Amino acid sequence: MLADNLVHFSRVLRAAGLQAGPDRVLAAIAAVEAVGLERREDVRAALAAVMLDRHEQQVLFDAAFDTFFRDPKLLEQMMYLMLPKIAGRGEKVRPPRANRLAEALAAPRETPAPDRAPENAKEEIQFEAAFTYSERERLQRADFESMTVAEFELAKTLAERVPLPVKPVLRRRHERAARGSIDLRRTLQGMARQPHTLNAAFTQPRREMPALVVLLDISGSMERYARLFLHYVHGLTRRYLKVQTFTFGTRLTNITRCLRHRDVDVALKQADAQVSDWKGGTRIASCLDDFNRHWARRVLGANAAVLLVTDGLDRDDQGQLAEAAAHLQRSAHELVWLNPLLRFDGFEPKAAGVRALLPHVDRFLPVHNLASLADLGRALRAPAQNPASLLN
Amino acid sequence: MTATAGPGLSLPASVDDVVTRLAGQDYVCDRRLATALYLSLTLKRPLFLEGEPGVGKTELAKALAAMLGTTLLRVQCYEGLDVAQTAYEWNVARQMVEIRLAEAAHTVDHDRILHSLYSREMLIERPLLQALTQTRSPVLLIDELDRADEPFDAFLLEVLAENQITIPELGTIRAAAPPFTLITSNRTREIHDALKRRCLYHWVEFPDVERELQIVRLKAPGASERLYRQVVEFVQRMRTLDLFKAPGVAETIDWTNALVALNSMQLDPASVNDTLGVLLKYQDDIVRMQGGDTAKLLDELRARALLDAA
Repeated sequence: MLADNLVHFSRVLRAAGLQAGPDRVLAAIAAVEAVGLERREDVRAALAAVMLDRHEQQVLFDAAFDTFFRDPKLLEQMMYLMLPKIAGRGEKVRPPRANRLAEALAAPRETPAPDRAPENAKEEIQFEAAFTYSERERLQRADFESMTVAEFELAKTLAERVPLPVKPVLRRRHERAARGSIDLRRTLQGMARQPHTLNAAFTQPRREMPALVVLLDISGSMERYARLFLHYVHGLTRRYLKVQTFTFGTRLTNITRCLRHRDVDVALKQADAQVSDWKGGTRIASCLDDFNRHWARRVLGANAAVLLVTDGLDRDDQGQLAEAAAHLQRSAHELVWLNPLLRFDGFEPKAAGVRALLPHVDRFLPVHNLASLADLGRALRAPAQNPASLLN
Repeated sequence: MTATAGPGLSLPASVDDVVTRLAGQDYVCDRRLATALYLSLTLKRPLFLEGEPGVGKTELAKALAAMLGTTLLRVQCYEGLDVAQTAYEWNVARQMVEIRLAEAAHTVDHDRILHSLYSREMLIERPLLQALTQTRSPVLLIDELDRADEPFDAFLLEVLAENQITIPELGTIRAAAPPFTLITSNRTREIHDALKRRCLYHWVEFPDVERELQIVRLKAPGASERLYRQVVEFVQRMRTLDLFKAPGVAETIDWTNALVALNSMQLDPASVNDTLGVLLKYQDDIVRMQGGDTAKLLDELRARALLDAA
């Protein structure tokens, strides 16, 4: 009975996106047996310890736990009643994070409908559905055409061949090398194999690309480029796992997990559903500040470089922008600004936002008339301009 | 697994037992954490602790070792950490000497030398290997795993899941008394899912007012009950502000000690602003607090009659 319940519960969690595999069900059974069933909070803590991977999942877990262990029957009814609504939509829809549980509850299951559905349960369902709808409201929807095969190939080559616009970092971990410092351990092992020769083995500190954080401006003025950059970043993410991607317009959104999806169209569709401020205004300063406060310590830990893609046209107060950019530069290994909106060759930083940002970036990549992925490749290869020389 | 915890170790019998015995070691913990720890001890699974810096993750390992009366082995992670520094290393200097001695004696028997070069005596044990070779189960603390780079996570998998280390030249060393493993992370990077899957997970929260009061009373003796209350309420309120780095419990303790050292009888704007450096480690945060937030929070305390009128 306990096992049945836990298996069922784990299926709900799994559908909600937690990694609650069979191994965890076994652990959960052992855990619940160990703490006993006397206290509800102990059972909750025990299951949480087994089932969770990260702190963000706690909210989802608590909601599922409360619903499930109050009345598993209700949960089943909710699943059944939600079923036609979601299934009717046909396409793979990915609502924002808060709704993952609702979606999980509505996931198609073979379980036959419970014989009787009490009236009050029905009411609750209607309420939940209304809540779901309001949560899905968004300012604007980005309309990505799906990618042609040629474009897809280009994006892939771009991500593979074009060097990243950041400097490699020297790691403290050593690797085998042709010359460098002598690796005694490996040299001796070689001698043990071939006692009459001495072939010294060497190591050198490893050089590698730093983790990359992409901050992508998706406001109205950048609209044309959002799809282009997302394709490029998707290529990077597929090839090179240490890429974290955020979009910002009026608010900051982490879309890294969406872009991990193998299929570019699905990845972009998921990103589209996650982000709510496409083509809106720009509040660079407050978005950068938000990043500094809530994400910088988590994603800039291992000497990460930041690629900031924006036109620098900001509605916020300029003093704050300079401050936020300075803070960002201090916490990142390197801050590279890629500006795709410079239409004239004789570029002069007139806009206040541009003037505020320039002194705080390490490299500046202005692009003239970026229209295709190929242009982006050219821009990334081009020598960077010294940001300070532009400010007079 | 047939391995036992070794002689003389008394494992807690229930969640309540964990709470009381940890309290005996001056470690005040909430029930959720106690449950996770109890499960980790009973199910023999590593416990993965995440949380803001200064909420007592490392302290827990020390308290646990003291509570079980066993040794604490600690691996402090940093970038570039590798097997040689954490698990084992061949004593290359001794191996060299061995070769020279054999040469000097003109008795170079290749097989025999090879055998003696890679024998157990030539091995320098580092904490991870030590943790597997004890006769009593030790507490193994892998501290700030997020600081080590990703390849190290992969190496830990074998140690954590199987309680064994494979040394190519020697074979597999299996623990007779498997260690109780605690892993901590400050979340400066995501730890790989494969590793988390083998552990129990617990997010260590900031304590609530009453628990933090208990902690501060224990760890920073010498202040008046009224000052303790003011300090804790002030810090708790501070954590709700949108600071770059909210002060942890460790900072609360340090701050209380600082105030006691300065003979403060109660919080006042001058002494708070002078000692903010103990609580906050970002200049931006300090400037912000000095720019009016300190006065605002003190006014709030006064309104709740926790502070005498100015």
